[in-house]
Amino acid sequence: MWSGPHKRFYSELKIEAKGRAAYLARPFGFAVTRQEGDLMGEKTKKKGSISYAKWGYIFIAPFFIIFAVFQLIPLASTIYYSFFEYYRSGLKIIGPNFVGLKNYITLFATDLPKYFSNTLILWIIGFIPQIVVSLLLAAWFTDLRLKLKGQTFFKTVIYMPNLIMASAFAMLFFALFSDNGPVNAVLLSMGWIKTPISFLNTVWGNRGLVGLMNFLMWFGNTTIMLMAAIMGVDPTLYEAAELDGCTPNQMFWKITLPLIRPILVYVMITSMIGGLQMFDVPQILTNGKGGPDRTSTTMIMYLNNHLFSKNYGMAGAVSVVLFLVCAVLCVVVYFSLTKEDDGLTKAQRKELKAAKKAAAKGGK
Amino acid sequence: MKKISRRNFLLASGVVTIGAALAACGGGSSSSTAASSAAPASSAAASAPAAAEGKVLNIWCWNDEFQSRFNDYYPEVKEIAADKSTTTLKDGTTVKWTINANENNNYQNKLDEALLNQDSAADDDKIDIFLIEADYALKYVDSDYVLDVKKDIGLTDSDLAGQYQYTKDIVSVDGSQRGTTWQATPGLFAYRRSIAKEVLGTDDPAEVQTYLSDWDKFNDVAAKAAAKGYKMLSGFDDAYRTFSNNVSAPWVTGTTVTVDENLMKWVDQTKEYTDKGYNNKSSLWDSQWASDQGPTGKVFGFFYSTWGINFTLLGNSLATPTAEGGKEEVGNGIYGDYAVCEGPQPYYWGGTWICGAAGSDNLETIKDVMLKLTCDEAIMKQITMDTQDYTNNEKAMNEIASSDYKSDFLGGQNHIALFAEAATKIDMSNAGPYDQGLNESFQNAFKDYFTGNVEEDAAKANFETAIKEKYPELTDVVWPA
Repeated sequence: MWSGPHKRFYSELKIEAKGRAAYLARPFGFAVTRQEGDLMGEKTKKKGSISYAKWGYIFIAPFFIIFAVFQLIPLASTIYYSFFEYYRSGLKIIGPNFVGLKNYITLFATDLPKYFSNTLILWIIGFIPQIVVSLLLAAWFTDLRLKLKGQTFFKTVIYMPNLIMASAFAMLFFALFSDNGPVNAVLLSMGWIKTPISFLNTVWGNRGLVGLMNFLMWFGNTTIMLMAAIMGVDPTLYEAAELDGCTPNQMFWKITLPLIRPILVYVMITSMIGGLQMFDVPQILTNGKGGPDRTSTTMIMYLNNHLFSKNYGMAGAVSVVLFLVCAVLCVVVYFSLTKEDDGLTKAQRKELKAAKKAAAKGGK
Repeated sequence: MKKISRRNFLLASGVVTIGAALAACGGGSSSSTAASSAAPASSAAASAPAAAEGKVLNIWCWNDEFQSRFNDYYPEVKEIAADKSTTTLKDGTTVKWTINANENNNYQNKLDEALLNQDSAADDDKIDIFLIEADYALKYVDSDYVLDVKKDIGLTDSDLAGQYQYTKDIVSVDGSQRGTTWQATPGLFAYRRSIAKEVLGTDDPAEVQTYLSDWDKFNDVAAKAAAKGYKMLSGFDDAYRTFSNNVSAPWVTGTTVTVDENLMKWVDQTKEYTDKGYNNKSSLWDSQWASDQGPTGKVFGFFYSTWGINFTLLGNSLATPTAEGGKEEVGNGIYGDYAVCEGPQPYYWGGTWICGAAGSDNLETIKDVMLKLTCDEAIMKQITMDTQDYTNNEKAMNEIASSDYKSDFLGGQNHIALFAEAATKIDMSNAGPYDQGLNESFQNAFKDYFTGNVEEDAAKANFETAIKEKYPELTDVVWPA
């Protein structure tokens, strides 16, 4: 594996096993720098110490530059303009005039709560079947006793809907479920209904279809994530449980579920953030109108309505609210993920905390 | 050596990345400053020396109607690209078509964006011609982004003398005409001859008209048609124009939206039709609406203006579309089964005007296009004879009206005679810049009321919400008592 001048480097690392792990874990860029530093050792001594840290900064600079230009500056200007009256009336530009919190007040006084609850409802009707089916499939696919045949095939098939563009998917459903579409035609010809069902003109028809589409698009992805989580569970636990006479049901509820909780939380929060930003599916399914009585209008569709009329002030205010909600959710997911890293159970952590407290008191 | 080259590489890649980022940033900021400054460019462009004509003529529109007129009837056309995205003229000029769908102010918004950037765009990217529709004509006509067809483009009064006066009035501001059109758009009621025979016992346009001459009679026929298993109209919005064109005041005065009493009559009538099953619950332009006009349709008739008959209704009536090799002839679908009559109220619908964009470098070409496609009597007449469209030349149209012209599509009827009569009745004095957005929002909001999803008051509230999203400057909505 290693040869020539590298040998020295290798042996050096071999001595500190820990250091090697750290070395391997680092991105390649750093590895080159360090290796080079090692090779150029003699020269370095002649010139005095040279910091190679700048290469690190140069390598990470593109990200920060692009982040600043395309994300940070737009973010700041969005927040800035959310305090202004700034829109276009025909071909005339009105503003920007500073109006303080007026945009936010209008937002909360009138529409926002409705669209927020629409968004949550649309997300929940998609998420509940998604998580249930995904858990079931993940448990089946990973079950060593079941030994399902054609797993790869099914994994591919359930992932497929995610590969279709959401807008194309929504177009498809729009055509399928229209009043004179194939679904109605089939139902009519089978004699199940007498007059076509107007799916797209009813509140729950629309919401149900949006939920169904989100479910179909995302359950494959979730299944694969949950499978990865379940396969990460120590198999000896299952063996031991089996020896103790556990039923598969018990194993699922008592071993699998608690151990994949962090991934479950992660799936839920990312799905919620994605759900809050739901746009293309309901937008296209309802032809941009947001469904009967605006019941399928999501937050982003509302934002889009404002942007359509170039109302940067109101659109900015909607974006800021959305940003704050997403930020809170991100913080939640961050803590729920990092707190598992210490490898302790809840009870152990409690004990530890109590012990620390006691120690602190004792110190006083 | 090795080290230096590596450093050079790093420096170079760093410079490239930063450069790219800054270039992107620079591009973005320069265009946004152009947008925010939005300095009007009207007269400057017009007075600029028309030294050399640009090699690219950019035309913006929302469907292929004008494109096909241009390709078929503009004498200078030499070659048309296979995908129709460009047309080459005999003098080597390339015509570039930019087509954006109309619905939900989409075309207007895209056009606004482009016009605001007109100053900073390269000459060959500047819009030269854009098309506008009656519903929002005023928004553009009353701005600095259009050229005066006489002063800037160079058409004369005698060139324009043959056109219907109203087509000139609607695009004029303070005596300066800012656009010109090849069509006049009086509306009629197109009905199915076979269904009329079954319901009324006659399919003769004059006799059918006596049954439909006012709304009470129209409703009676609707009841009769329903008894025989037919729908009077296809959807909620079909009759909308006949009401909205006969309002007593424009939609907007100042920042106040006034909902006309006549529109509420439309709401009541449509609700009644929906509840009694007189319509098929479709919306304009949706698939149900289109198929109702075809061989499987069971709908008595459609309110359509001139372009609708040759451009939309004819296409929808065929069993085998022309794109699939079908021919426009009797025997293909219900070709020949339609006829037109005046209907209960005169109205107009649509109409497309050609505008020269300020800043264009193709003034001569624009002038020639306008002359040939809107002023030339022979071409106007030919378009009508070929396509059954109703063109904007009073003399030519009256000639056809009094001739033995027959439309095969309308079962041998000379519909031009009816249009010629209706065209003189068109009154566009209540048109305004907000019409498209407000009409669409009104139809959308009340659709929920018709389908029974909301009460009338909720529909009203939704209308108010929707228009304040579309037009933040509108503050109040006044409903008729």
